[in-house]
Amino acid sequence: MPIVVKIPAPLRPLTQGQSEVTVENAATVAAAVEDLSRRYPGLRERLLDDKGALRRYVNIFRNDEDIRHGKSLQTSLSEGDKLTIVPAIAGG
Amino acid sequence: MTTVVILGVGGLGCPAALALAEEVPGIRLILVDPDRVERSNLARQILFTDGDVGEPKAIVAARRLGELVPGAQAEPRVAAFRPETAAALLAGCQLVLDGTDEFETRFAVNDAARASGIPLVHGAVLGWRGQILTVLPGTGSCLRCLFEGPPPRGAVPTCAEAGVVAPLCGVVGAAMASEAGRLLRGESPRWAGRLHQWDALHSKERDVRVPPRPDCPTCAVAPRAALRHL
Repeated sequence: MPIVVKIPAPLRPLTQGQSEVTVENAATVAAAVEDLSRRYPGLRERLLDDKGALRRYVNIFRNDEDIRHGKSLQTSLSEGDKLTIVPAIAGG
Repeated sequence: MTTVVILGVGGLGCPAALALAEEVPGIRLILVDPDRVERSNLARQILFTDGDVGEPKAIVAARRLGELVPGAQAEPRVAAFRPETAAALLAGCQLVLDGTDEFETRFAVNDAARASGIPLVHGAVLGWRGQILTVLPGTGSCLRCLFEGPPPRGAVPTCAEAGVVAPLCGVVGAAMASEAGRLLRGESPRWAGRLHQWDALHSKERDVRVPPRPDCPTCAVAPRAALRHL
């Protein structure tokens, strides 16, 4: 079963407007991000900094868990997991 | 007297102020905003009319609230929230609502509320997305537990740059007022430690859990005393 990745609206221009995309055979969040980055150019730069770390103002949840509280990008994935990308917003 | 500070009298601050003034009789609202009304604001900033264009938002909003909700005491502060103005703007309040529109301000509000032991209801909107998070004093998590810090300028569009769906502002602003009402009545908040998100394009809502981050610099220096009595 693939990993489902929920794409927030600000990043959907990079995924041809798709709000959900899937990743096959990704053992970690980092592997999922790399797979997505190959298929959707520009996504990596929006999620990761120059050192390959998750940007300070972006968060990724595995199911309902903030990956920063675990192994961050090295968080392992299992079949059926869902990833949700949550970028900071500030409009008021 | 119950005093609530509303930071940002825009798309969120306008409906939040109106709903809170209606919900809590006799409430004192401190309305903080450095900007003036622009014509492009009118669709979502419901306390303003065409005749208010060019006037300071805080002053117009305070006057309009007084007209719409007799008994509500609204006081304008034509000022920007900055770390150096935080103490004066938050003095004496029991609760703060953040509906500002800059990342740096958002984190400054979070840090100041956490350090001062004042509950914070954070609301934000962008495009079709909205969110709310409640930060309680002395316990739980804060905005900086969720995001480590603001993006560099220009990396993420602001509301003014990317636009916002006007009705969503009413939804999120009303939710902020509802959450504020719960806190002021001593009821359990809905969104403490939970980021609630609206996706108005797909009519979906979801919560994600925001646990305290062990290395959060804001929480590390925040008072860990018992909850401040509202």
